[in-house]
This record gives sequence, C-alpha cells and structure tokens, in this order.
Amino acid sequence: MGEVFSVLRQPLVLGNKSYADITDDVCAPMERQASLSWWIAFIISVGVLILGAVSIAYQVMTGVGVWGLNNTVGGAFDITNFVFWIGIGHAGTLISAILFLFRQRWRTSVNRSAEAMTIFAVICAGIFPIIHTGRPWFAYWLFPYPNFRGPLWVNFRSPLVWDMFAISTYLTISFLFWYVGMIPDLATIRDRTKSLFRKKLLGFFSFGWDGSNKTWQRYEKLYLLLAGLATPLVVSVHTIVSWDFATSVIPGWHTTIFPPYFVAGAVFSGFAMVLTLMLIVRKVMNLEEYITLHHIEQMCKVIIATGGMVALAYLTEIFVAYYSGNGYERFAFINRALGPYGWTYWVMVTCNILVPQFFWWKKIRRSPGMVFTLSIFINIGMWFERFVIIMTSLTRDYLPGSWAGFTPTIIDLTTLLGSFGLFFTLFLLFARFLPMIAMGEIKGVLRYGRGAGETKPVEVRKEEVHEPTLVG
Amino acid sequence: MSRRLLVSTFDHENDLLAATNAAREHGYTIHDAYTPFAVHGLDKAMGMRSTRLAWATLILGISGAIAKLWFQIWTSATSWPVNVGGKPLKSVPAFVPVTFEVMVLFAGVGTVLLFLAMRKLWPGKKPAVIYEGVTNDRFVLVLVQDNASFNVDEVRLLFGRFHLVQLEERIERS
Repeated sequence: MGEVFSVLRQPLVLGNKSYADITDDVCAPMERQASLSWWIAFIISVGVLILGAVSIAYQVMTGVGVWGLNNTVGGAFDITNFVFWIGIGHAGTLISAILFLFRQRWRTSVNRSAEAMTIFAVICAGIFPIIHTGRPWFAYWLFPYPNFRGPLWVNFRSPLVWDMFAISTYLTISFLFWYVGMIPDLATIRDRTKSLFRKKLLGFFSFGWDGSNKTWQRYEKLYLLLAGLATPLVVSVHTIVSWDFATSVIPGWHTTIFPPYFVAGAVFSGFAMVLTLMLIVRKVMNLEEYITLHHIEQMCKVIIATGGMVALAYLTEIFVAYYSGNGYERFAFINRALGPYGWTYWVMVTCNILVPQFFWWKKIRRSPGMVFTLSIFINIGMWFERFVIIMTSLTRDYLPGSWAGFTPTIIDLTTLLGSFGLFFTLFLLFARFLPMIAMGEIKGVLRYGRGAGETKPVEVRKEEVHEPTLVG
Repeated sequence: MSRRLLVSTFDHENDLLAATNAAREHGYTIHDAYTPFAVHGLDKAMGMRSTRLAWATLILGISGAIAKLWFQIWTSATSWPVNVGGKPLKSVPAFVPVTFEVMVLFAGVGTVLLFLAMRKLWPGKKPAVIYEGVTNDRFVLVLVQDNASFNVDEVRLLFGRFHLVQLEERIERS
C-alpha cells in the first residue's frame, strides 16, 4: 500500500517507519556502547559537577561569607541561579502538560526529554535555597513537622514557605508525570532486551505493565488528569517565586506585574534550553526523523510569543515606574539601565528582546545551527534578567548610606558552573539509560498526516485449528 | 476455575478496532485487548464504561485543600499563635498558595496511587505478557470461549477479514 500524505497536516515523524522501527530507533542509543562524544561530554560534566560540589562543601564548612554577599546585598548568585533553574523547568511542564491539553500532537517527540529537563532543573534550583540557609542540615526546618520547640510551626504567611511548598510539589508532580509516562516504554524495553540484568531491573520498574487496554483506558485518563493538575501548578510555581520579590517593599520588586512576567519569562528561557538540548540530542542520537525541523520551528514560535510577552513586561515596568510618580521607583529603573550594573541590563535587553526577533525568519527557524546559537544567547539573557532584577534593586535601595556593590567571588562562579555540571550529568545519564522519546505516544501519532491505513476485507482460507497451549 | 481464551493477533490498530467491533456485534465475550499504545476508540469498541478516576481526583484535591487549610489555621491561630507584623492570626488569604499546592499534591499523588492500586500494578510485579511484541508492534484481542457454541473457525473467518496474523487457543488457569 502506497503512503498517502495529507496536504493539510505534515506528518510528525519523517521516514517511512513502522511501529517496530520506532522501538528500534529509540532503543538503539541505550543498547549500543556509549559513543566517544557521550564519554567526553559526561567526563566534562562530572568534572564540573565535582568542582561545584567542592565549592558547596567549602561554603558549607566556612559559611556564606565565601560568596560576595554583604549587609546590603543579602542574596545574589544564589537567588539568581534558583530563579533561573526553576524557570528552565517550566518549559518542560508547558510541553508535557499544557500542549497536551491543547492537543498539540507534535509535543510527543520532545515531551519525555523536556520533562526530564524539568526534573533536573528543579533539582538544580532546589540546591540554592538550601545552601543559602547556611546550615543545610537544618533544611527540614522548612517543613511544618511536630517538634519539641513548642511545637513551633513555620509561618504560613511567608512567601518563602509558599515557595518551599510550591517547589516540592512541583518536583513531585513533575516526577510522577514523567515516570507514569515512561512505564509503558520501560515495559517495551523489558520485553526486548537480551540482558538478564536489565530485564530484571526494568521488570521491577515497569510495574508489571502488560499493555492491557483496560489499563490503557485508565492510564489515558490519569495522564489527562495529571496534565490538568500540572498546568495550574506550573503557573503557580513561578507566580509564587515572583511573590518572593513582589511581597517585599524594595523598589523594582514591589509590582503586581511580576507573576505573569515571571511565568512568561520562565517559559521563554525554558524553551531556549529545550532547544539547546534537543538540537544536540537529535544530532548525536540520530533522532532527526523524530525531532524534525518542524518541531524546532514550533518551539521557535513559542519563543517569539513568550519573548514578546517578556519585552512587553520590560516596557510596562518602565512605564509604570514613570507613571507611579514614585521617586524611588523611578530611580530604580533609571539605575537599572544606566547605573553601575547598567551593562547587565543591556545584555538582558539584547538577548531577550532583540535576539528572538531573528526567529521571524523561516530560514533561521529551520537552520539548526542558527537556532542553537540564538538559544544560547537567550539562556544567557534570561540568567542576566534575574541578576538585573535582584542586583540593581538590592545594591541601590532607599538610603544612599547603605548602598553597596556586589562582585561575585570565585566560589559564586564555581557554584553556578557546578549546577550546570549537575544538570548535564543527569541529562546525559538519562539520555544513555532511558528512552528519550515516548515510544508509546509517538506510535499513536505515527499515522498523523498520513493515510489512515485502510482495513480492506480480505479472503482467507480455513486452516487447521491450533492445539490449545497452556498458560497461567 | 479455568477459562478457554482465544488470542488473536493483528498488525495494525485499525484492524484490531474493526475486529473488536465485529466481535462485539457477533456477541462474543471480550476478555481484553493488548496494544503497544493507547488506541483511541478501543474502549468504546470493547464496550467499556468510562472511568470514574476524575471523581476520585476531585475528592482527593478537595480533601487535601480542606486538610491543609485547617492545618494552617490550626498551627497559626490555635497551636502556637504568633503575632506576625500585626496580621490576623487566621489570615486566610495568605494561606491560599500553600492550600493550592497541597491540593495539587494530594490530587496528583493520590490519583497515581489509586490508578496503580485499581489496575493492580506495583514495582516488581511479574508481567503476564500475553503475546510477544505486544509492547512493541502487535495488537492482540482476547476472547473468552464462554459457551458451547463457540466456534473457533467462525472467529477465524470473521477476523480473517481484518488481516488476522495469528489465532491461538489458550487455557487460563487461575
């Protein structure tokens, strides 16, 4: 039967694949020896991770004074990195949950890795508030648990407590969403692998999945419900992160625009990171027929949209500062653009407002090299956005007498680097040992944009009846 | 008790769907279908009721929210009241974010656990794979031979129209 293509819908998977081909292609990277490039990337990542771990160990043993903080600037790189990583995570949930609810079926090629990225980014983010406490071994004090000090409970009016609940819920739900989505795929690998060890291991983690349609029916519902729960959750998480700032009275932070502005920025930065990762992955793991130029184009369009929202937020902030008539608020924004950290503001504006405009050109959207370069710029720009918000407001607050500067120490920089080391180490391990593409989902969209695969009645001859075989 | 099952295998989800519909029209008892991915419309073809999982999620979410709201009020106003910046002890608007998060947490975790319990899936469970390749590219329909007039050859003829790949009789001992 010849392939029939729809003129309206592009197929989501290129190449004339069968279901078995999909299984083979997705499982191939897991079943062959790790490539040299994987080892090089892995060794570099682990090296950087160790650097970060040593920095954190040094900081924990010595005190937060090893960072460039002072009385005026009580938080700098730690908060910046925290907000940056949480933001990265948001694209994963957007792809897996929100695009699922919107029936954007192209998401199936990228959702597994994007969800993994979310989990790893949230783990990276979670480290910073914990080490910022100075005594991370008491981090459990953030939880309201019955204790012998009263019991003295946490202050539920504090955005920092909200944050702790938001991040831990986000991590839990993201993990469940990712893992539940992976159970059928783990069963697929379990049933095809030759290695006894892997069969045992995956047999354990695939929960005895047997592909029963009675299970599939509930599973589909469960997936929809989790998507429905994760969608408001992801919006709430960055909203609450923004409240850490907005509920304070610092000029430049105390604005109601923060929640939507932060959520849009989070999705914007997250998509840039998804693109950075996916462009490497599709090349290194030969998944170009699954993560196609069409997918990359779609993600670039999301970046144009969210980049536009971020630009609008920047302009609104400036306008509101002027229109408020509040001298401190006006000063905060003049200082932001023209003060001692003005250069970081212009890095931010260049990377987050100008760079995404290149994606208006289809040629650029369909050129992986260009998209990769631009996505790196956006990643940098969005890190600077958080740095700008935190630094310009903290260094120049109400009293000129308490103004100060901030210079990152080497420990600040190595800790930031270390978080990238952790992120890439986890991602490389994921790429090596787990299915990068949701096989169970992509098989369901294989026929998308192709002929439906007609079922024509055929003639059959009667055959001998098989002898019954015994099972169970 | 043992049952005689008829395991029929197909290569394509549309064949499975059509065969399932035909089997139901002809009054055969469908035990289950096994597929590598969720085939849409198969639950209807099999005559399954829609699941009530969403109601469970709703109940779990509401109980999580109520429990957490109560807990916040109890800790802040009853157990150890602390005056924070002159704010009321029962500052309910400030309790909304955490209430929301815990609602999502209860609903999400609870629904997953309920799903696993309902479908009897647990870590380390030994899978009963009905047919090799059912998690890869095969589509399997299992009928129950529940009466004396069940004729395997009739089924073979019926399913033959839908590109039947293999037909196999099995006895399930429980």
